[in-house]
Amino acid sequence: MVSVLSRPKARAIAPVIASAGALALLLSGCGAGGGSSAQGSKDFSYLTNVENTTIRGELEALSKDQCAAENKAAPLKVETVPQTSLDQKLQLLAGQNALPVQYAAGNAPALTQDLDKSGNVLDFEKALKDLNISDAILPGAAATIKSLYGGKLNVLPYQYNVEGIWYNKKLFADNGITEPKTWDDFVAAGEKLKTAGVTPLAASGKQGWPLTRLVSGYLFSDLGPDAMKKVADGQAKLTDPEYVKAAQAVADLGAKGYFGQGVGSIDYDTAASQFLSGKAGMFYMGSWILSNFDDKAQNKIGEENIGFMPFPKVSGGKGIDNQYATNVGLPMTFNAKTYDSNASAWLKCIATNYGSTALKDKNSISGFKLNTPVDNIPPLVKSTQETVNNTKESVLWFEALFSTKATTTSQTNAAGLASGSITPQKFMELVQNDLNSK
Amino acid sequence: MNNVLGDKKAIAVLLGPALLVYTVAMLLPVFWSAGYTFLSGNAITGFTFAGLANFEKLFSDPAVGEALWFTIRYAVVITIGQVLLGYMLSLLYVFALKRGSSLIRTLVFFPVVLPTVAVALLFQKMFEIAPQNGLVNSALNAVGIGSIDWLGNGSTAFLVIVIMDLWRSMGFYAVLLYTGLVDIPDDILESARLDGARGLHLIRHIILPLSLPVLLSSIIFSINGTLKVFDSIVALTDGGPGSATTPLTLLMFRTSFTYGDYGYGSSIALLLTILCLIVTLFIFRSSRRDLTKD
Repeated sequence: MVSVLSRPKARAIAPVIASAGALALLLSGCGAGGGSSAQGSKDFSYLTNVENTTIRGELEALSKDQCAAENKAAPLKVETVPQTSLDQKLQLLAGQNALPVQYAAGNAPALTQDLDKSGNVLDFEKALKDLNISDAILPGAAATIKSLYGGKLNVLPYQYNVEGIWYNKKLFADNGITEPKTWDDFVAAGEKLKTAGVTPLAASGKQGWPLTRLVSGYLFSDLGPDAMKKVADGQAKLTDPEYVKAAQAVADLGAKGYFGQGVGSIDYDTAASQFLSGKAGMFYMGSWILSNFDDKAQNKIGEENIGFMPFPKVSGGKGIDNQYATNVGLPMTFNAKTYDSNASAWLKCIATNYGSTALKDKNSISGFKLNTPVDNIPPLVKSTQETVNNTKESVLWFEALFSTKATTTSQTNAAGLASGSITPQKFMELVQNDLNSK
Repeated sequence: MNNVLGDKKAIAVLLGPALLVYTVAMLLPVFWSAGYTFLSGNAITGFTFAGLANFEKLFSDPAVGEALWFTIRYAVVITIGQVLLGYMLSLLYVFALKRGSSLIRTLVFFPVVLPTVAVALLFQKMFEIAPQNGLVNSALNAVGIGSIDWLGNGSTAFLVIVIMDLWRSMGFYAVLLYTGLVDIPDDILESARLDGARGLHLIRHIILPLSLPVLLSSIIFSINGTLKVFDSIVALTDGGPGSATTPLTLLMFRTSFTYGDYGYGSSIALLLTILCLIVTLFIFRSSRRDLTKD
C-alpha cells in the first residue's frame, strides 16, 4: 500500500478517484428509486392506490380489447401504492416533475387543487371538448367534481357513488321496523335492533370517515346542503352550537352502544362483514360497496335482503327528500405536463368505453356515459343506478372542503367521538383549530 | 503505519470517501432541513420565506406540546423498563441459570429479530376487542372482568405500546448487559462472598459498580432509540386514538409529507434534534469520568 502511494501521480489522483467513486455510488443510489420518473407518454403510466383493484383491472381489460391500439402505441403500466402513502408519493413525484401520465390525485381535494395550481392536472373540460366527446361525462358527475374543485373538471369519474344507509330487510321485517324516514325513527330502529341482539349500525372507527359521514349527513339534513360550504367559507364554525349538535347526535348513538363495542378497532372490511353476515342491521356506505354485495362468499344475507335509503331527515331541518351525498371515489387525473397524442388517445378510449365495461364486468357505477347498453344488471345495482339518476340534491361529505390536516384530525378522532373518549365540543374544536390554521 | 498516517494525502485518501459520504448523506440534509425552517410550502406549491413564523407556531401548537410530552414519557418509561428488565434478566443468566442459560437467552432474544410490523399485529390481536375479544380480554372475561378497549383509549394504548416494546427489546439489553456481567472477574466476586456479601448486598456494592460502564452504554442506546421511536407506534396505533400516542417523529412525518408543510415539519425535526442533543449532553456530562479506568 505504501509503495503504491509513493508514486506521485497515483497519490495525486487517488483522492479524486475515491471521491468520484463515492459520489457515483451515491448518485446511483439516489437514482435507483425513481422507477416511474420521466416516462413521458412513451408508456401510459398509471399510479393508483393498491386497495382499488376495479379501475386498474378494467383498464387492463380495455388495454386488451377496446383500447388495444392505444395500448400498442403507449402500453399501460400500472404502479400501486398503499392509499395511506399516496400523498407522500405524489409530493415527491411532483417535486421531481416525475408524475405519471395518469394518477390518483390525493386523499383530500385540497392536495388535488395544489397539484392543479402547479400545472400537474389536466383540464378535462377542454381536453374532452378537443376530442369532441364533451358529453362523455354524466352531468351529475361533472357537477359533483366541479363542486369539489372550485368549478373545474379536474378528475375523471371512474366511480360515481351515491352514499346512504344500506339495511337488512329481513332483520327489519323480523323486528317490525319500517324504513326510517326521520332521525328519530332511525334512533328508534336502532333501539329495536339492539334489543334483538344485533349491532344497529356497522361502522369502521379505524378509518373514521364512516363515522364523520354521519355527522355531515345530520348537518346537511338539519342545516341544509350548504352547511359545510359555510364552514369552508368562514361564515360558520364547527364549534357553533348547531354544528356541535350534529356531533352530539352521533356521540349519542355511540353512547347507546349502536356501533357495538370497540368501534375504534373495527376496520372497513370488518364493518362490511358485520353487515353482510347479518350481525349488523344497517351500514352507512357508498355505492362502491355493491361489488362486495355481489360477492357470494362475502354476502351471507343475500342481495334480495338488502335495502337502500337516504340519510334520515332531521325534524324541522332544512334538508330535502332524496338528498344524497355523492362522490367520484378516489380522484384520478391526467398529468397536464405529459399530455400528448398518446395520452389523449387513451383518454378518448377510456371516456367512451369505461362506463359500459365497468358496469358489465364489475357492477361498478361510473360517471361516464354508457355508450353500449348493459343488460342483466343485478336488481340492487339497477335500483342504485336509478337512485343516482333520480337524486334531486347532491351534497358532499364532512371533510370534502377541508385541508389535509383537518381531514386527518377529523378521521382519527371520529372513533373517540363515537366511543365517548372525547366530547362532541372537543371533537369540533380540534377540527376547527386545524381549519383556522389553514 | 506511521509513514502512512503521517502523510496528509494518505489521510485524505482514507478519510475522504467516508467524509464525503457523511457530508452528502448526513450533514447536507441536516443543514438543508435547518434552512427549510425559515420557509413555508412544499415541493408541489413551491416555497416562500416565512421568517420565524414556524418557530412561533412551534411554541403555540398544542399538537407539538402533546407529542413532546408523549415522546418524553415514552422515552423515560421504556428506557427504565428496557434497562431494568434487561439487567434483571442478565443477572438471572449469570448467577441463577449460569451455563444452562443459553436456551432462555435465545428465547428471550427471539422477539428482537421479529419484524416490528409482525409484532405489532400480534399485539393488536392479543389486545383486540372487536370484531372478537383477543387473548387478554378473553382472560379478563374468564375471571369476571369486562372487556377493555385497550387501543381505543389513550392511557391503555400507551400501556400496550410499553408492554410490546419492552417485550421485543428486553432480550437485546439482557444480552448486552450479560456480556458486561460475565466480564466481572470471578476472584472479585469470590472474595466479596468470603467477606460476607450476599444477594442484593453483592449486587449493589460489587456487581453494579463493576457493570456500570456497560449499563451506561445500554442507557445511551436505549434513550437514543426511544426518542426516535416511529415504526412500532405507526404499526400498532398509528399515533391514535386521535393523537394520544403520536410522538414527535410521527408528527414531523405527517406535517411534512401528509400535510405538505415542509418548513413546519423541519421545525419539529429541529426540536427533536435539540431534545436528543440535550439528553446526549446530559448523559455524557454525568459520565465524564471514564469508569473503565477505575
